[in-house]
Amino acid sequence: MENTAPSTNVIEVLSLTRRYGALIAVDHLNFSVASGTTFGLLGPNGAGKSTLIKMLTTLLPPSEGTAKISGFDLVQHPELVRKKIGYVSQMLSADGDLTGYENLLISAKLYGMPRSERSTRIAQALEFMDLAHVSGKLVGQYSGGMIRRLEIAQSMLHRPSVLFMDEPSVGLDPSAKRSVWERIGELRREFGTTILMTTHDMEEADHLCDMVAVMHRGVLAAMDTPAALKAQVGAEASLDDVFIHFTGAAISEGGELKDVARTRITSQRLG
Amino acid sequence: MSLAHESHLNVWAEPFPGANYLRQTMAVAEADIRKLIHDPVELFTRMVQPVLWLLIFGQVFNRARAIPTGGISYLDFMAPGILAQSVLFGAIFYGISLIWERDLGIVQKYLVSPAPRSTLVLGRAISSTVRSLCQMVFVYLLSYILHIQLRFGIFALAGVVLSVMLGSAIFSTFSLIIACLVKSRERFMGIGQVLTMPLFFASNAIYPLSLMPAWLRVVSKVNPLSYQVDALRTLMIVGSTTSFGLGKDFLMQFVAFAVVVVVATKLYPTIVI
Repeated sequence: MENTAPSTNVIEVLSLTRRYGALIAVDHLNFSVASGTTFGLLGPNGAGKSTLIKMLTTLLPPSEGTAKISGFDLVQHPELVRKKIGYVSQMLSADGDLTGYENLLISAKLYGMPRSERSTRIAQALEFMDLAHVSGKLVGQYSGGMIRRLEIAQSMLHRPSVLFMDEPSVGLDPSAKRSVWERIGELRREFGTTILMTTHDMEEADHLCDMVAVMHRGVLAAMDTPAALKAQVGAEASLDDVFIHFTGAAISEGGELKDVARTRITSQRLG
Repeated sequence: MSLAHESHLNVWAEPFPGANYLRQTMAVAEADIRKLIHDPVELFTRMVQPVLWLLIFGQVFNRARAIPTGGISYLDFMAPGILAQSVLFGAIFYGISLIWERDLGIVQKYLVSPAPRSTLVLGRAISSTVRSLCQMVFVYLLSYILHIQLRFGIFALAGVVLSVMLGSAIFSTFSLIIACLVKSRERFMGIGQVLTMPLFFASNAIYPLSLMPAWLRVVSKVNPLSYQVDALRTLMIVGSTTSFGLGKDFLMQFVAFAVVVVVATKLYPTIVI
């Protein structure tokens, strides 16, 4: 079951497809992500980004194709894939009715962490994310930036090889956003974690990502380093220009009602 | 602060086979129980319904003496039915929390963890039993005040605890199934209300099977609530006799629980699709 062959690609997406009736949300995608890098997925609402992340995190079975995460096949061994990944959803998945410490404790137990290991890792995670002083408070009383940091701490507690982040900075003020970016950068440096993130924030993609793919109507319209993509579009081009060039739409356009509603709910909860 | 020296492996030896499964199941239950400790208001609001049934409905029908109760007072006959009812009413709406947590992204977090799906279902069933046991303590107190002829033997009490836990686990897991099928809070509330009364009235909770028309008796005999009530009545009330036999009562409850757990485990991941 374990892929022992040496590979620098920790994510390999192989003709991955998802259909909803006649609609093809993700259309035979093929790409790979090198170990230890941060991969940004851009695209308008409805492009298929969230469907792709749902499949890669085993929340949604593919209609066709597969992917390998840390060498494990997504379709054949989803339970092994789950041991290797962490997930920060666009919605605020930290439980507001529990304290920060309790959120981490429950996560640690779900990952089968024994008592001896739990206390050390939780203490370290709280310190690392600068949350130790509020660990006993209910998460419902946290600021948006603190909740996001707690979620990243939760998703990293078991030291996953790959971290999936769905719009990690949506709804955050500039200062909280910077703080979250710093922590993401530190995680990469400390653990060599491979990160696959979706974002609508071009500054975020530029700041954090080694590679960027622009997704449009279920396929990858472009994929390269941010610098190379900008160079393709023009000498003075920004990632905003890249986005518009490859999708033919401004960022603020489009989006299904449910996508917009979800983003608004997240923003409201972040205060 | 450097954490890089730590092992990146996340596989830990189990102290005994199944330890991880148990830990994951209890983690799901623990999350819910901790929330209940932070905000226990729900436990108090749940006390209203049994008070109304026992103090108003029970007192009136106790005087009417219109229902054959096998030599015990109607209030004695009814008290186990009201305990079962309060367990049922509490558990049948339990699934709405799954829809709520799905909307917040919390369920997704559990589903991407390596915890087997059955632990997510069993953990929720266990947490629902904690609420029901609190109900049980309250109904016993109320029954004692109303001079209902309670049995306090250790085996009788243990049997009542087991039956309350099983009943709660069955109906809360059934509620998860409904949540996974209907997926929205509005639809869930509608279906929950439609199901609750038929489950209650098509059982022996407030009248014996002998009073029912033949067709209702058939429905009642496939309703797990009837077996829970029969077990509770036999174990809770002095002088009460069993209709089905205690062995069959518990067997049917265990079978019903096994069935709903298997179905809920299959459906659980679909709540996020």
